[in-house]
Amino acid sequence: MAFFLETLLGGLMAGMLYSLVALGFVLIFKASGVFNFAQGAMVLFAALAMARFAEWIPGWTGIDNPIVANIAAFVIAGAVMFVVAWLIERLVLRHLVNQEAATLLMATLGITYFMEGLGQTLFGSDIYKIDVGMPKDPIFVLESMFEGGILVNKEDVIAAAIAAALVAALSLFFQKTSTGRALRAVADDHQAAQSIGIPLNRIWVIVWCVAGVVALVSGMIWGSKLGVQFSLTTVALRALPVVILGGLTSVPGAIIGGLIIGAGEKLSEVFLGPYVGGGIEIWFAYVLALLFLLVRPQGLFGEKIIDRV
Amino acid sequence: MFYRENGQFKTSYVADQQIFPIAQDRLAILLLLAVAFVATPLLASDYTFRAILIPFLIMSLAALGVNVLVGYCGQISLGSGAFMAVGAYGAYNFFVRVPDMPLIPALILGGLCATFFGILFGLPSLRVKGLYLAVATLAAQFFSDWMFLRIKWLTHDSPSGSVSVSSLQVFGLPIDSAQSKYWFCLAILVVMALLAKNLVRGAIGREWMAIRDMDVAAAVIGIRPMYAKLSAFAVSSFIIGVAGALWAFVHLGSWEPAAFSVEVSFRLLFMVIIGGLGSIMGAFFGAAFIVVLPILLNQFLPALFGVFGVEISTADVSHAELMIFGGLIVWFLIVEPHGLAKLWSTAKQKLRVWPFPY
Amino acid sequence: MKLSKLVIAAAVVAAGTTSLATGAFAQAKEQFFPLLSYRTGPYAPNGTPWANGKQDYLKMINARDGGINGVKLTFEECETGYATDRGVECYERLKSRPGVTLFDPQSTGITFALTEKAPADKMPLITLGYGLSVSQDGMAFKWNFPLMGSYWTGADILIQHIGKSLGGVDKLKGKKIALVYHDSPFGKEPIPLLQERSKMHGFDLQLLPVTAPGVEQKATWLQVRQSRPDYVLLWGWGVMNSTALKEAQATGYPRDKMYGVWWAGAEPDAKDVGDGAKGYHALALNSSSQQPKVIQEILKHVHAKGQGTGPKDEVGSVLYTRGVIIQMLGVEAVRRAQERFGKGKVMTSEQVRWGLENLALDQKRLDALGFTDVMRPLSTSCADHMGSTWARVHTWDGKKWNMSSDWYQADEQIIKPMVKTGADKYLADKKMSRRPAGDCQS
Repeated sequence: MAFFLETLLGGLMAGMLYSLVALGFVLIFKASGVFNFAQGAMVLFAALAMARFAEWIPGWTGIDNPIVANIAAFVIAGAVMFVVAWLIERLVLRHLVNQEAATLLMATLGITYFMEGLGQTLFGSDIYKIDVGMPKDPIFVLESMFEGGILVNKEDVIAAAIAAALVAALSLFFQKTSTGRALRAVADDHQAAQSIGIPLNRIWVIVWCVAGVVALVSGMIWGSKLGVQFSLTTVALRALPVVILGGLTSVPGAIIGGLIIGAGEKLSEVFLGPYVGGGIEIWFAYVLALLFLLVRPQGLFGEKIIDRV
Repeated sequence: MFYRENGQFKTSYVADQQIFPIAQDRLAILLLLAVAFVATPLLASDYTFRAILIPFLIMSLAALGVNVLVGYCGQISLGSGAFMAVGAYGAYNFFVRVPDMPLIPALILGGLCATFFGILFGLPSLRVKGLYLAVATLAAQFFSDWMFLRIKWLTHDSPSGSVSVSSLQVFGLPIDSAQSKYWFCLAILVVMALLAKNLVRGAIGREWMAIRDMDVAAAVIGIRPMYAKLSAFAVSSFIIGVAGALWAFVHLGSWEPAAFSVEVSFRLLFMVIIGGLGSIMGAFFGAAFIVVLPILLNQFLPALFGVFGVEISTADVSHAELMIFGGLIVWFLIVEPHGLAKLWSTAKQKLRVWPFPY
Repeated sequence: MKLSKLVIAAAVVAAGTTSLATGAFAQAKEQFFPLLSYRTGPYAPNGTPWANGKQDYLKMINARDGGINGVKLTFEECETGYATDRGVECYERLKSRPGVTLFDPQSTGITFALTEKAPADKMPLITLGYGLSVSQDGMAFKWNFPLMGSYWTGADILIQHIGKSLGGVDKLKGKKIALVYHDSPFGKEPIPLLQERSKMHGFDLQLLPVTAPGVEQKATWLQVRQSRPDYVLLWGWGVMNSTALKEAQATGYPRDKMYGVWWAGAEPDAKDVGDGAKGYHALALNSSSQQPKVIQEILKHVHAKGQGTGPKDEVGSVLYTRGVIIQMLGVEAVRRAQERFGKGKVMTSEQVRWGLENLALDQKRLDALGFTDVMRPLSTSCADHMGSTWARVHTWDGKKWNMSSDWYQADEQIIKPMVKTGADKYLADKKMSRRPAGDCQS
């Protein structure tokens, strides 16, 4: 029983981390209708920027305090992501307005390759460290109830808390601010939003900037956990089932989807895996998402797809 | 002036329904086939065969299959790598387990294995659409990755999971030199391209295109979505499966499941979109672009930097390749979202009426 | 406007003709070493120092000795990204260069593919410490040289070491050993040997595959936590290793009960984890310091002149030194071939193969080359393409690797029959046969 709870908890935590990445997908799809396959590359780029700037800043400015260096690196990496977002909107999206979904998907895949190449050229392909002071050792709770206690990873808990805070902030942003309302209007109908005077191009830049910051936060957390290296882009592939399970247009869906996929993945790997030799995590997550989709083809919280003839 | 079409009157339905109704087109295709079958083997070097032409031929076949599904039927699929893998391993199992199994039936049986796999993982398309389907087909990809690593029977109990084939022959003629491999792939490609072209020109092809354009309306006029979508998956996976078997048997010789990873699926989708969705010729253009470009860049970039006196490491060349690749893809999509085939058909249209503008 | 277009056009034309021309004016007066490497992708942190070591050694031989008996050495790197099809493309591109010697694919996957092509192309492959374990049998695999060890010898030595630390391999009875491995041919290779040993000694073997590239291992280590094995063997490459150590730390599995293969025991794997990997052991095929004479020579002749391929503080690290060893064995094979086929002449790949098959590096020769304490004597023969199975164990102390055991040799009693059976099966599958005894003279 204790082990089941441990696995479940571990899975839920992992799910929260996936939903961080999934948030980026959802934000961009919500506002511009583009399925941003480049989210993985953005996470890598942002994490690389932060890791390397944190390394370089003490050398450039003589600031020795790691906390200050980290914060400065975070801010600079954020600025870099803003520039990236602006460039993507200017150079790519503006010219591909109204194209088919497959074309936009492929354009984002092209951006993925470009950013992977650029990131590794600018920052290198070694493993880099992001040290934001996350605790690495586990804690054991409920030792009285279960022998040995239940393992809880402190780093994961903090990461989950950050993810929750980010989601709350984003929800507030969407509901309460005028920019958020404009974003929701654009998500509903581009042409209608344009006709009432919402500047589409500016909105898209804002959305990609927000997605860039989300990518930076998820890059920071994943980078702190795993080290920043090219293989970080594969995290995006793990987050895709979360996106489709929760619905491409729903922020709470990303969280709920993340929790379900994370828990499902880990439980299946630990309890079903040994019977079939192991290694089933990845495809189980996709199959799980697929099963949910068969019942609700638009994801749990996604917008119903209405086909007009 | 190039296409003097006066005097070319069709006097029978058969003549009217030819794939190439214009005589100049027929001549051009014959010339192309002559170059492909006769001239190239005489002129090309061993390296050109092994590294450029053979991968190009096999990838065009696979892109053809993907185009049938994504371009003609409109179902975005990211599981093509899995279908190639199933075709390859299926053909391998038949080849190795059945004594004296000839090569071509083994390839066809491998294609049939891919067909069943394709239909199975195509079932979600009856309920799920668009981008959701694209991600759902990744389930096929990752499942196939796992299946060939874990289920020993499928890899003939090889301890490492890596399998290989050797001493291929067709009707007693060995297929080991680069030229024989090239001819074998070219022959299979020509036959299957012809079959695919006729399929998409026929009733089933029109059903697929109707489903792609507006599947609700198609259902209203009596096209059965299940039959159309699943047949698209079936035909597409068959072609992709045969291409996968060729890739494994002829090009790689020895392979492991990682040879058909999700990267391959993305590359195939790139080929189809850059080449042009919904066009048989587009598969060839896209495959040429994606196969040849990395090799060209790899050889060309160090020379280019050498002209400016800058020595560039292989890692930087690789990164530059990635950047140029990504940049070119985005540029192509902006300039011509309908792909290279559309550029070609525009050019041809202009040639047909030249020197008049329209 | 017009001028810049003209400049661009001129550059493109110049580059185009240069890239064509470099193919045409190839020299046959130099010995060419193709260097397959990966400096990009998920395995780059480990592939890069390896490639740097190989290049630096070649540069050093050219700078210090002027080549091998006067024959200058040239090399060209080709980026494979650890992908089989790119590796095959690089091989096809470089195999017909004049003066080509041998290939070191740096990847088990690429090795499998090239093993098929090598006999037809008459190209020897050095697969030092990786590749097909059964290719140790030289009578079956004429063109493969798994020098200094394979995954079977490595796994064998680990079991011996664990047994020794317990007081004897009989104490392994009833213990639990888990193998956390990269789910690929590389990771699966040691399984037959471990299963054989587990039958012999009565320990329980648990197999835990990690899907490549090994970025998410939480479930694996939760399973480790549940089954609480006495030892964990880590068979990973690239990012998988540091992730495994981090997850071990996160689930509280004692790192000093973890033993990695020699590809899971280098600086990139543990540096990132730092103190969290303290106590982690791994196999060491070679030493890792800047003290050995050959490393000093490289620093003197290559890095001091600004010709170093990588950063100076990487020189002498585990994988760097391994690259140096691989290249040294290649160079010595050419030297040996020259002794028979003509000193001062450019050797063909078949002659180099003979050289690889007749290496006799005793301690005196190793000392002269500057490899004292780096590796043990090695001598290959027609039947034995491995040459030596010596390896040690080193342990991470939070900052660097320290040797923590004596030299071990793999137990040939167990391995030889397995190699023979495996090689026979391979040959039967391919309908090939062993080399006739007279073939050894060629």
